[in-house]
Amino acid sequence: MAATLNRIGLPRDAYKGAASTMCAGCGHNSITNHLIKALYELGVEPQRLAKMSGIGCSSKTPAYFVEQAHGFNGVHGRMPALTTGAQLADRRLIMLGVSGDGDTVSIGLGQFMHMIRRNVDCTYIIEDNGTYGLTKGQFSATADVGSVQKKGAVNTFQPIDPCAVALTLGCSFVARSFSGDGKQLVPLIKAAIAHRGMALLDVISPCVTFNDHDGSTKSYSWVKEHDEEIHDVSFIPFFEEIAVDYEPGTAVSVEMHDGSHLVLKKLGEDYDPTDRMQALHLVEESRTKGQLLTGLLYIDESALDFAATEKIPAERALRDLGEEELRLSPADFDTFMDEFA
Amino acid sequence: MSNVKVNELTFQAATVNGSGSQSANMVLTRAIFSMGIPVAPKNVFPSNIEGLPTWYQLRITPEGYMARKGDPDVLVALNPATWANDLKSVRLGGAVIHEEAYSTADARDDLTYYPVPFAKLAKTKIASDTLRKQLTNMLYVGVVGGLLGIPRDRLEHGVQRVFQTKPKAWPVNVDAVNVGYDYWQENFQDRPCGFRLEPISGKVDDLVLVEGNQAAALGALMGGVTVAAWYPITPSSSLCENLIAYADRFRVDPKTGEKLISVVQAEDELAALGMAIGAGWAGARAMTSTSGPGISLMAEFSGLAYYAEIPVVIFDIQRVGPSTGLPTRTMQGDISFAYSLSHGDTRHLVLMPGNVEECYEFGRIAFDLADRFQTPVFVLSDLDLGMNLWMTPKFQYPDSKFDRGKVLSAERLEELKGDWGRYRDIDGDGITYRTLPGTEHAQAGYFTRGSGHDENARYTESAEAYARNMDRLARKLEGARAALPQPLLEEPGSEVGLIAFGSTDAAIVEARAVLQESGLRTDYLRLRALPLSKAVGEFVARHERVYVVEQNRDGQVYDLVRLELPPDQVGKLRSIRYYDGQPIPAEAITRPLMELEAVPA
Repeated sequence: MAATLNRIGLPRDAYKGAASTMCAGCGHNSITNHLIKALYELGVEPQRLAKMSGIGCSSKTPAYFVEQAHGFNGVHGRMPALTTGAQLADRRLIMLGVSGDGDTVSIGLGQFMHMIRRNVDCTYIIEDNGTYGLTKGQFSATADVGSVQKKGAVNTFQPIDPCAVALTLGCSFVARSFSGDGKQLVPLIKAAIAHRGMALLDVISPCVTFNDHDGSTKSYSWVKEHDEEIHDVSFIPFFEEIAVDYEPGTAVSVEMHDGSHLVLKKLGEDYDPTDRMQALHLVEESRTKGQLLTGLLYIDESALDFAATEKIPAERALRDLGEEELRLSPADFDTFMDEFA
Repeated sequence: MSNVKVNELTFQAATVNGSGSQSANMVLTRAIFSMGIPVAPKNVFPSNIEGLPTWYQLRITPEGYMARKGDPDVLVALNPATWANDLKSVRLGGAVIHEEAYSTADARDDLTYYPVPFAKLAKTKIASDTLRKQLTNMLYVGVVGGLLGIPRDRLEHGVQRVFQTKPKAWPVNVDAVNVGYDYWQENFQDRPCGFRLEPISGKVDDLVLVEGNQAAALGALMGGVTVAAWYPITPSSSLCENLIAYADRFRVDPKTGEKLISVVQAEDELAALGMAIGAGWAGARAMTSTSGPGISLMAEFSGLAYYAEIPVVIFDIQRVGPSTGLPTRTMQGDISFAYSLSHGDTRHLVLMPGNVEECYEFGRIAFDLADRFQTPVFVLSDLDLGMNLWMTPKFQYPDSKFDRGKVLSAERLEELKGDWGRYRDIDGDGITYRTLPGTEHAQAGYFTRGSGHDENARYTESAEAYARNMDRLARKLEGARAALPQPLLEEPGSEVGLIAFGSTDAAIVEARAVLQESGLRTDYLRLRALPLSKAVGEFVARHERVYVVEQNRDGQVYDLVRLELPPDQVGKLRSIRYYDGQPIPAEAITRPLMELEAVPA
């Protein structure tokens, strides 16, 4: 049977990568699969995709999807800088960054925050497991107070919540999800890619080897028990008709700049994802209650992304420009030199 | 006075930082330069915005020497805090213009004094309360003009040149200059000093005055830079600030406001280099500019760019280290560090401009070399070159197109039927082919990483693949030796050779002339890049004794040269080092050489 092709004529297999070297059962592998599904269904051109990462287990995973795309596994905590520069060189690239909790909120916190500040057009996924996997199980800065390490040590330090940090800085797209919840994560990934600007996805992704035991607040069982979905998320890409009708007042539909729609169906109380103060309040409240709040926390489709702020050309890449455009003309050059006389 | 020195003196203004004296000094410089007289300005400034002492030296020689000469002949003393020491520094028989209120009770009797009531004049003759502090400095411009014989119209030209873009500022400044001039005329006309400036021709024809950081910024612009990321640091900041100013003028579409460059002020030097590397990876001509402390922070990313083979240009405007060191003083102290910046076996291409023309030239070709060798290129300037004005011939318009190096297009990939590997050494020169993200071909993509990789850019921990890769990188850098700017040689024929580089050149030029007069002829090799050219070893072989002159304590280039010489040649090498943070004067070269070569002084 011939494989089903997406809107640009590619089979799902075209979005696969090298075989994963993560542990069996690692949350990161699930996220990789959700990424493959989202990219395939969106019909993202592999050649336009740039997969960026830092160092750590999470940062290895860009090798495991869309083999045809360019990837860049840089240095620890510095994916934001590499991504920012690459985006300037060619604004038409679709930047997809994959990082971890250590890579982002410990060694990379500064660059993470400044990337948000600049609103670099990028989907930024944190595969968040509260632990340093590749160096065998030390706490990370997203570990909750009281969370127990495999060897018995108890974390006494306050966690840094990347979503709270992002909200404080006015990140234009902030969401939290769980590696085991493809139903929620896949539409969020699609929306993050459609979003123009920095889209943060903090995805809780349990580490089966070092942080999946009783007493850990990043284990599969803890997350499943405490997951509190704000809304039911669905994504309708620009190339599909909106076919679903909702009862008035039961859903919020966010129109994205490319014509796609993010539909958030109400599960409990009213939630307005364009209200940053409400988002901050809810994130803090859920933390106090010991809940893991998931869904789209905040979106601002009107914010200008970094390349637009920099006023660099939208339709052609800086890297493709030649001498004619980049050098002063001989006449300008002479005039300019004369000014030093 | 019979023994008046014409067009030969060192002028020094001792003022308080933040008082606006820099404009006054520039007016004097421009006025004198416009008389056809060669000038060599040196700004000695503190790491401070306001209040600490600052000195401005203007050296004037008929030969047009541009090296610093320690002590002044003519002093303007406007800083009570340094008055006593400033006075001590004046050369025998010098002239001192000073605030009348300063005590000359114990002053030297070999000097001629010109006490001027600057504060009183400012109060009575300068109407504007808001501008009085700044304009007070213009008073000494007038006094100096009178004393040295700078015509009033030249001083007026100086004002117009310095305030080129603010014609409104001309009258008040010219008025203040004239107040000083009149004061000299009324009080000191009968008290000449031993120095005089006279208009001449043929010395500075077609020369312009440019700072190295202006030159480097223009070079980068002409080299096609489209992404620059930087973090403010003295003495490098003005490079990117100039770049911004030039780009605003030449890289913006006036109709749409669209910019053909992005200059990003990063959050730190790590991010600055990271952004430049990200942009270089994606195919842009990208750069950062920094100084020593920034270079320290860039070590990890430099290793990534070397190992993953990503073009990027790093300007290092060197200052005095280690640590914060003397942030506003000069040094050639980052050579060996920059050359091997990163953990593990690493070598970088290093360009060492010896004058502002080369700051422009190397600032431009650095981008070609980075693309061609797919590796970081360091341009090592320094504070002296970067932040002082230097006389220079006008720069040449480039006669070659960009060299974008080995980049495979979609069409070329199609011809190859997609059969390529990012790190396969097809041509045997160690330089492999790369593709850029966004290339419309199914086989264009590859995975860039700072971890072990094979010829096809796949992750590997294979011992053989690692060693093969490191050997190829060594081969690539080896090939660069001949492609980099080669040393410049001047060999009138002597058994004594000098090797120097960078801003030390100015002192060497003068030292060689002085030595020649004393009967010691020297040959000279000016080094312009690392890794070393073969010409260096050959130069050493042709000479009996070779002195490496540099501005650092440890003889960094002396060490590098020694390492590459055959054992029987090593003994020929000697080291002359200067490292007090001031630009090296010729005397620091002539004195040890005369001693070591036993030339009667």
